[in-house]
Amino acid sequence: MVTAAVEATALTHRFALGRDRLTVLDGVDLAVAPGEFVAVVGPSGSGKSTLLRLLAGLDRPTRGRLTVDGAPLAGPDPSRALVFQDPTLFPWRTVRGNVEIGPRATGRLRERRDDVAAALELVGLTDFADAYPSQLSGGMAQRAALARALVNRPELLLLDEPLGALDALTRLAMQKELLNLWEARGFTAVLVTHDVDEALRLADRVLVLSARPGRVLADLPVDAARPRDTGAPALRDLRHRILRLLGVES
Amino acid sequence: MAVTQRERAAAPARAAARRRARPPVAALFGALVWTAGAALTALVPNRQEAEHTAVTAGLAGAVAVLTAALAPALTERVRRAGPWIAATGYWFVFWELATAKLDLLEPPYFTSPQGLLAALWDDRALLLDSFGNSLKLLVIGYSLGAATGVLTGIAMGWSPRVHYWAHPVLMSIGPVPAAAWLPLILLVFPTSYSGAVFMVALAVWFPTTVLTRAGVAAVSRRYYDVAQTLGAGSGYLVWRVAVPAALPQIFVGLFMGLGAAFLTLVVAELLGVKNGLGWYIQWTKGWAAYPRMYAAITLMIVLCGGAMALLFRVRNRVLRWQKDLVRW
Ligand SMILES: Nc1ncnc2c1ncn2[C@@H]1O[C@H](COP(=O)(O)OP(=O)(O)OP(=O)(O)O)[C@@H](O)[C@H]1O
Ligand SMILES: [Mg+2]
Repeated sequence: MVTAAVEATALTHRFALGRDRLTVLDGVDLAVAPGEFVAVVGPSGSGKSTLLRLLAGLDRPTRGRLTVDGAPLAGPDPSRALVFQDPTLFPWRTVRGNVEIGPRATGRLRERRDDVAAALELVGLTDFADAYPSQLSGGMAQRAALARALVNRPELLLLDEPLGALDALTRLAMQKELLNLWEARGFTAVLVTHDVDEALRLADRVLVLSARPGRVLADLPVDAARPRDTGAPALRDLRHRILRLLGVES
Repeated sequence: MAVTQRERAAAPARAAARRRARPPVAALFGALVWTAGAALTALVPNRQEAEHTAVTAGLAGAVAVLTAALAPALTERVRRAGPWIAATGYWFVFWELATAKLDLLEPPYFTSPQGLLAALWDDRALLLDSFGNSLKLLVIGYSLGAATGVLTGIAMGWSPRVHYWAHPVLMSIGPVPAAAWLPLILLVFPTSYSGAVFMVALAVWFPTTVLTRAGVAAVSRRYYDVAQTLGAGSGYLVWRVAVPAALPQIFVGLFMGLGAAFLTLVVAELLGVKNGLGWYIQWTKGWAAYPRMYAAITLMIVLCGGAMALLFRVRNRVLRWQKDLVRW
C-alpha cells in the first residue's frame, strides 16, 4: 500500500494584505498517521484551504515545520494530490483530457490509459469524457476534478470540500465511493468540509479549527466502525460537541 | 424532465429539417436577377466602347444557371448565401447599366464589367505573376513575424527577466510603422527581397508579441497550481498550460498582425522589390490603365480576404472549446 505520514508542527502562515500582514494560521499542530483519514472543519476564512495548500507544497509556511514521511516538504509532487475547492478544470481540454493531465505531465500516459478510464467510470463521467468543461454542470465539474486527482494514485489525498457542489444523493454516493477507494488503496486523506455529518461519516479524526487566525480547537477521534450511522448516539454527541465548538449551537 | 430534455435536443434538428423542406426562394430569386443581368448585357446595345460583351453575358448567365441548378441540393451554409447571390446580381445590373449601357460613369476612371474582365484576361500572365509574388511575400513574411512574435511574447510573458530587457526594445521599435524603416532596411539588407520580408515580419511581430505576452502573463495562477500538484514541470507549464490558456489573446495578436502585414506588403512591394500586386496597382495608375488597376485591386481583395478567412477558420477550430465563442 502506498501511503504517507504527514507532520506539521507550529504551522503559522501570514499573507501580505496591503501594508498589513494577515495571520491566517496560528501555530497549528497536526500529525496524520499513514493511511489515516482526517477531516478538518472550521468557519469560513479560518485557513482550511491555506492549510491544504501548505500540505500540497504550493505555498511555504511563514513559520513552522512540515514533513512528509519524515522529510521536509520541498514543493508540489504528484504523490500528493489536491482537489481544489473550485474544480479549475482546463477549459481547453475535454473531461478526459483533464483527467489525463497527471499521466501526461509525468510521461506515463501510455501505461495509465486504463486508470484514466477507471477514474472516469468511478465518478460516473464516462459518457461525458469528450465534453468540454463549459458543457458540464457544477457537480459534474467537481467530479471530474476528483477523477483528475485520483488518477495519479496519490499517497496523500488532500480534498478541499470536493463534494460541496453536489446534490444530497450524489454526495452520499460519492462519500461511499471515496471510502471504498480509501479502504482499497490505503492512501492518507485530509478532507476539508463544512458538512459535519460528512466528517463524522468518513474520518478517523476530526480537527476543528477556530475562526481566523486558525488554531486547533479540538482534535476528536471518531471511534465507530464503518459504515457509520450518524444518527447513532455516540456520533450524535460528537456532532453536538463539534457544532458547539464552531459556535453554531450553544 | 428527461422528456423535455430530449424535446429540446430535437428542436433544432426539426427546425433544420423544416428549413430544408422549404424551397430555396432567395437563391432562385438570385438566379433570376443574374438571368436579367445576362439578358441586359447581351441584348441592350453598348453605348460605351467595350469588348467581350458576349463573354460577360455568358458568365452572368452561367452564374444564374449554376445557382438555379444547384439550389435544391445546396447545403445549409450555401443556402444562406441566397440573398447575397441576389444582391450581387443587383450590383452587376447596376454596374453594367451605369457603364457600358448608359455611359453614366465614363472611362478612363470607370470601367464596365466587360472592361474588368478584359483587363484580367489580357494581362493575365503579369497579374498571375504579381499575385504569386504577393502571396509568397505575405506567406514568408507573415510566418516569420508570427512565429517570432508568439515566441517573444511567450518568453516575455513567462519570464520577468526577459520582459525587463525586451519591453523597452519592443516599445521603441514596435510602434513605428514598418514602412518608416524602409530606407534603413534597403541599406542594410543584401537584397531588396530579404528587406521586404523583414519589413512584413516586423510589422506582424509587434502586435503578435504584445498580445501574446499579455495573454501569457494573465493566465490564472490556479491553472499552474493544478498542473504542479499533478506533477507538471516547467516545460509542461509553459507549453501545455500557459500557451493554450493564452490562445484567445494570441489569435487577436495574429489577426492584428495580418492587417499590418497587408499594409506593409504594399509599401514593401512598391518601394522595395518592385513586383507584386501593390507594385502593379501603382504602376498601372502611373500610366492611367485604370481597368488593369481595378483588376489588380480585385485580386488584392481575393488575397487579403482569403488570408483573413483562413485565419478565422483556424481560430474557430482551435478555440472551439471556448464557451460562447464569438465566431469571427
Ligand atoms: N493569496 C492570498 N492572499 C491574501 N490573503 C489570502 C490569500 N489566500 C487566502 N487569503 C486569506 O486567508 C484567509 C483564509 O483563507 P482560506 O481560503 O484558507 O479560508 P477557508 O478556511 O478555506 O475558507 P472557506 O471555508 O470559505 O473556503 C482568508 O481571510 C483569505 O482572505
Ligand atoms: Mg476554502
